[in-house]
Amino acid sequence: MSQEILDLTAAALAAAIRAGELDAREVFEVYRGRAAADDLNAYAWVAQAAPGPVAAAAQDLAGVPVAVKDLFCTEGIPSQAGSRILEGYRPPYTATVVQRLADAGAPLLGKTNQDEFAMGSSNETCAFGPVLNPWNRGRVPGGSSGGSAAAVAAGTAPWALGTDTGGSIRQPAAFCGIVGLKPTYGSCSRYGMIAFASSLDQAGPLTRDVTDAALMLRQMVAKDPLDSTSLEHPDQIVLPSRADLTGVRLGVPENLLNVESGFDPGIRRNFEATLAAAEALGASVETCQLPHAPHALAAYYLIAPAEASANLARFDGVRYGLRVNGDLDLDTMYSRTRAAGFGAEVKRRVMLGTYALSSGYYDAYYGTAQRVRTKIAQDFASAFKQFDFIVTPTAPSTAFELGAKSADPLAMYLNDVWTVPMSLAGVPAISIPSGLVDGLPVGFQIAGPAFSENQLLDAAFALEQSIGFDGAPARAEASRG
Amino acid sequence: MNREQAYEPVIGLEIHVQLKTRTKMFCGCELSFGDEPNIHTCPRCLGLPGALPVANSQAVHFGIMIGLALGCEIAPRSQFHRKNYFYPDLPKGYQISQYDVPLCTGGRLGDVRIHRVHLEEDAAKLVHVGASGRIHGADRSYVDFNRGGTPLAEIVTEPDLRSAEEAREWLNLLRTTMRAIGVSDVNMEEGSLRCDANVSVRPVGSNELGTKTELKNMNSFRFLAHGVNAEIERQVALLRSGEQVLQETLHFDPASGRLTPLRSKEEAHDYRYFPEPDLVPLLATDEMIAAARAALPELPAARAARFESELGLPGDRARDLAFRPDLASFYEATLAAAAGVDPIQVANWIPQLVERIGSDNPFESSVSPDAFASLVGLVVSKAISRDAGREVLRVLVDEGGDPASVVEREGLGSMSADDSGLAEVVSAAIASDPDAAEKVRGGNMKAAGPLIGYVMRETKGRADGGEVNRLIREQLGL
Repeated sequence: MSQEILDLTAAALAAAIRAGELDAREVFEVYRGRAAADDLNAYAWVAQAAPGPVAAAAQDLAGVPVAVKDLFCTEGIPSQAGSRILEGYRPPYTATVVQRLADAGAPLLGKTNQDEFAMGSSNETCAFGPVLNPWNRGRVPGGSSGGSAAAVAAGTAPWALGTDTGGSIRQPAAFCGIVGLKPTYGSCSRYGMIAFASSLDQAGPLTRDVTDAALMLRQMVAKDPLDSTSLEHPDQIVLPSRADLTGVRLGVPENLLNVESGFDPGIRRNFEATLAAAEALGASVETCQLPHAPHALAAYYLIAPAEASANLARFDGVRYGLRVNGDLDLDTMYSRTRAAGFGAEVKRRVMLGTYALSSGYYDAYYGTAQRVRTKIAQDFASAFKQFDFIVTPTAPSTAFELGAKSADPLAMYLNDVWTVPMSLAGVPAISIPSGLVDGLPVGFQIAGPAFSENQLLDAAFALEQSIGFDGAPARAEASRG
Repeated sequence: MNREQAYEPVIGLEIHVQLKTRTKMFCGCELSFGDEPNIHTCPRCLGLPGALPVANSQAVHFGIMIGLALGCEIAPRSQFHRKNYFYPDLPKGYQISQYDVPLCTGGRLGDVRIHRVHLEEDAAKLVHVGASGRIHGADRSYVDFNRGGTPLAEIVTEPDLRSAEEAREWLNLLRTTMRAIGVSDVNMEEGSLRCDANVSVRPVGSNELGTKTELKNMNSFRFLAHGVNAEIERQVALLRSGEQVLQETLHFDPASGRLTPLRSKEEAHDYRYFPEPDLVPLLATDEMIAAARAALPELPAARAARFESELGLPGDRARDLAFRPDLASFYEATLAAAAGVDPIQVANWIPQLVERIGSDNPFESSVSPDAFASLVGLVVSKAISRDAGREVLRVLVDEGGDPASVVEREGLGSMSADDSGLAEVVSAAIASDPDAAEKVRGGNMKAAGPLIGYVMRETKGRADGGEVNRLIREQLGL
């Protein structure tokens, strides 16, 4: 019975529970046991018991439990964002999207580890230790939503909630061989998501397949009166059904793909094979122009740290979280608290951002970065006049070894080179598994215009069926370990 | 160095007005004053992780009303910014304020040009335990977040004021205006009106601005005048002795009347302003501006000008009335009730009414505009004397009623010239004080005081002063 439950996608579980073939409580208990036994360090907290009796079968998500990135506030449950400074912090309220999922019948299974305050691409900046990649324990799961991705890939959660600022859902999804969707900026509420970079942060699903992503996203999108930047999604999200890609125009931004830092030849071959599969489904593939996109990473690493430097100012030891006293001196208390509470990557970005906003430097750094961001958004808008979607590999490499890039921040940042442009443009993008290279999963990224989630999911679904990627080895591997 | 050089002060004000909205600027917590600490708080005004601001539409409405009342341009699209600095009363580590695109720009109130008006959130309140009373050296400091997030309008003037007294008078006009439009309690003691002053001096005749200092903590009208005067004297003394004024921020200590510089660390801020990414730009639509305009009453300055031009009141009296909205309304209601009574005569009776009822709002007293109109009418027509009028007013305030019946009941009607009784009382007065009578006969009219006093006492104030004078002169053969 347990194996049967583990073999089902979230959508299939929900259908089975609704049909009376499975019991929601049993599903919860199986996954609770799996999560509690997790040995990838994917979880920061696991539920002690199933939630009280609910008419789960009557709800849309039918009681299928969800793992939630620790960046989301959950009432009374530790929400530490991977940081010492929030160790043991229990918020008095729950983030809107977590509440929406719970209200739709997806109870909280556990909180997943992440890079500290979502700053990282490998999960190694987590103050509570790195998460391991279920495909190879010597490798990183990607980041920052690495715990969510590893949990889904290892089958310790049916699906998970993550956040994406510059690729933090899509890159770990690619590294772990699962589906990850970053929705249009504003389509999901940010209320209760511990902020990294407010103008970029979006919540999104990490799931076994595209259908699960659509199912979760459907419950997440809504304009939230508590988030001024949230917007009414023009479409009701529907489950994907498209079998072909006839007439779909795919654009490949060649100028963006030619990165100096290296584009793994295996990934290049996989990308071209995936394009061929798309063409076989009826899509056209042509080179598209995103002239300013090569500057995206530089702009991103000014804008995101600038916003982060202000967003993280509230961690000052005064009201909650860590405080290291300063011998009756306020400034010393601040600096000791933040020195002890923040890790090296967080400190680096707070300093970068503070510098970028400083008097005399603001226009040269933050101002220029904002102008570049506008140009990139315009690039996407004009590309989408000619193309339905823009496609890239999700990341230039497969999951790298633990520690391989931790000493070189720039090499680490370059991992986001193909995911960051979409974040700056605010457009939706999905990563789906497109095969293995040297035994490790590779992701294929599809980006569409703002609010094109239904079309994006449909195209991803058609391609997913054609690729036929089997993520089960990861779960088998994990259960053996 | 010219020790005799005359200097001219140049003063600009920065005023913070707490808006009287129901809830805070960016969350749904109620505004309060003097409640138990930290009961009006929520994740947003405590700056908890993940909480986001949402702008208060009533605060925006009030902000637009202030802009219109001050004759400002309202920006169709303004922007909130983050002003970054660390302090325990600032839970997010930044204050949400406005920076390069404020809600209102330009404008004028009285003789002072307005530079800008913008919206922002108030800090929480710190209570320091220890000898210093300030955070440095305090044994312990407590934070009360009830006030944190209260909507503020910051009003910045151009440096158009030329003396402490002008500054004080203008601030009173501003306060009156804010109170009249109903956006704030503007109470300096409770902190709903706070004022900082930028002060510099320059040689008389110069058009250049001297180095300015910023004076903080002038939390009463008296302190504002004292602080600004002290600073003007300090700067002039420095310049006369050949020294320079340093640009710095000074803290006014009302107890000692002294100005002390804030620690340089406290003022050396680089606030690293940048657009608040959690809020969308503030769009002031034509509908919002029209609604704010419709909500504005006649402004005190306009009312004063109207009292002066249409009713002929002297400027001081016109402003004195118009700057007290309830009083001005009572005055106008009285004029409406007393067709034909001279508005100046009515205005002249207002101070006595205020003194008698002990408040600026006669609508809350037992004197109705009708009764007050009829009282003034009786005096003006000489049906009763001025003193009798005062007595009638006393009765009206204590018991209410109609002046004519009070006059009737108390026998306060005037003794007129053809009333032989009055002539008899005057004769008695002259008989009672021959010395005074002799002096008056000798041409010293000032000596008539005791005689007049006698008559007034005897007639219980019913006699008309002019008539008494005339009878004294007549009976003494002058």
